[in-house]
Parts: sequence; C-alpha cells; structure tokens
Amino acid sequence: MSTVDILFYFFATLSVGGGLLMVGSRHPVPAALFMIISLVSVAALFVLLEAFFLAILQVLVYAGAVMVLFLFIIMLLDVGPDGGKVSRFKLISGLAGCLSVGILVVLLLQFSGFGNTEGVGWQPVQTGEMVNGESLVFSTSLKNFGFGLFTKYMLPLQIAGFLLLAAMVGVIVLSKKSLSVEEPN
Amino acid sequence: MESVTPQHFLVLAFLLFAVGFLGVVIRRNLLLVLMSLELMLNGVNIALVSFSRTSLNLDGSLFVFFIMTVAATEVAVGLALLVALYKRRQSVFSEDISLLKN
Repeated sequence: MSTVDILFYFFATLSVGGGLLMVGSRHPVPAALFMIISLVSVAALFVLLEAFFLAILQVLVYAGAVMVLFLFIIMLLDVGPDGGKVSRFKLISGLAGCLSVGILVVLLLQFSGFGNTEGVGWQPVQTGEMVNGESLVFSTSLKNFGFGLFTKYMLPLQIAGFLLLAAMVGVIVLSKKSLSVEEPN
Repeated sequence: MESVTPQHFLVLAFLLFAVGFLGVVIRRNLLLVLMSLELMLNGVNIALVSFSRTSLNLDGSLFVFFIMTVAATEVAVGLALLVALYKRRQSVFSEDISLLKN
C-alpha cells in the first residue's frame, strides 16, 4: 500500500460515507454538513488525479458557494427535522432504483474491462506550458486549461456565461413577489 | 500511483452516483433531493476527470468545468423555485405538490 492508495481509500470512503449519511439524515442542516464533507473529499480525489484547478474550483464553487446557498435557504425556510421521511411509492421507486443500478453495474463490468489491467495505467502528466493547440493535452498547467476554454470551447463558454445571466434574472423574477396565480382548492 | 487504477475511480464514481440516485428516489424533502442531485453530478465529474487523466486529453476536464457551471445555476434556480413553493404551500415535501392530482 503506497501513500496514494491509502489517500485514495480514505477519501473514497469519506465521500461515499458522507453521501450516505446525507441521504439518511433526519435534519437538513447535518445533511448539508455531510454533503460538504463529501464534496471536499471529491476535491481531494481531484488532487490525486492531478487535476489541481478542478480541485480548487470544487472547493470554491461546490463546498463554498453552493452549500452556503443551501444553508442560507435552510435558515430562511426554517425547516425542522423531517424524521427521515421516505417516499410513499416505495415499491415502484425501489424497483426502478434496483433496475437502473443493475443496468449501471452491468455496463460498468462490461465496458470498464474489470480485472483486465493490461495497458491500463497512469502515464506521467505534463507539467510544462503550452503544447500545440490542436490536441489539448492533460496538463497540470493552468495555461493549458485556459487555452482550451478560449479556443475549442469558446462558444460553450459564452453560452455558459449567458446561462448564468439568465439564471440570475430568473431567480430575481422568481423571488421578487409571490406569483399571483389563481389556485383551486 | 501503482495499484490504484482508473477502474478504482470508475467504481467510486459509480458508487457516488448510486448514492445520489438513492437520495433522489427515496427522500421526500426537496432540499435533500437537490443535494442528492449534486452528489450524482459529482460522481459523473470524477468519472470524467479520471478518463481525461487516463487518456491525457484535456476535453474531459473542460467538460467538468461546464458541468460545474450548469450545476451552480441549477441549484440557484431550484432553490428559488423551492422558496416560491414554500411561500405558497408552507412545505418542502414533494408529496404536498399534488395540484395536478385532483
């Protein structure tokens, strides 16, 4: 067991365990805190995969902004414990869950080539600066990432910016006033 | 990295996705459903980064960037909808949204 193995298993356990505790918790506030544990360990796994920029983004965006937003909403709505209520359609949802998880397991075993470790391994990552812009090579350098964003993914980047604007306007409209729609019953 | 293979990361991604899916399916509190959705997206992100790292191709990492953007907007809009719903119904449980039922 090398250090990387130990770190991998530690953070993998932490992320899945945090997720399970989040799903099973009775009160939304501990759920949000377990979720933060899970997200931070996912960031640590990104570090193990040498995607350092994404790890920083994960901590800033998910564990920082998104979960703080969740906690604010929990505070705003003053949601109490719900006693871990589960869905009424237990049979149907259980069947659907088992079916889709089963399909996922089959796909995973089929296509990830489990047990066949020939030629599957980690090549060393480039740490240098720019490569030719034709093929974007995975690298620890942030310059590469930015280059990819502003050349090949220029249009998606602009669409993402526009999406953020649209979401902002939409949220302001949604939360401005109570929508005055006639409601039966 | 010696004995941790890309498949380990794939199995972990699958586990995270399954846990998130479980949360979406069985929980009735809409706040927890939204959090579980985030967990599913995180599982997908791990899979994408590990593929990107294995094939030494940056495209997967760039996709993760966009997925993070879309997830952040989705949470913002979802929580705003939840607040608007709470103002009308005084509840965050999915079984109370039954306007189409009767």
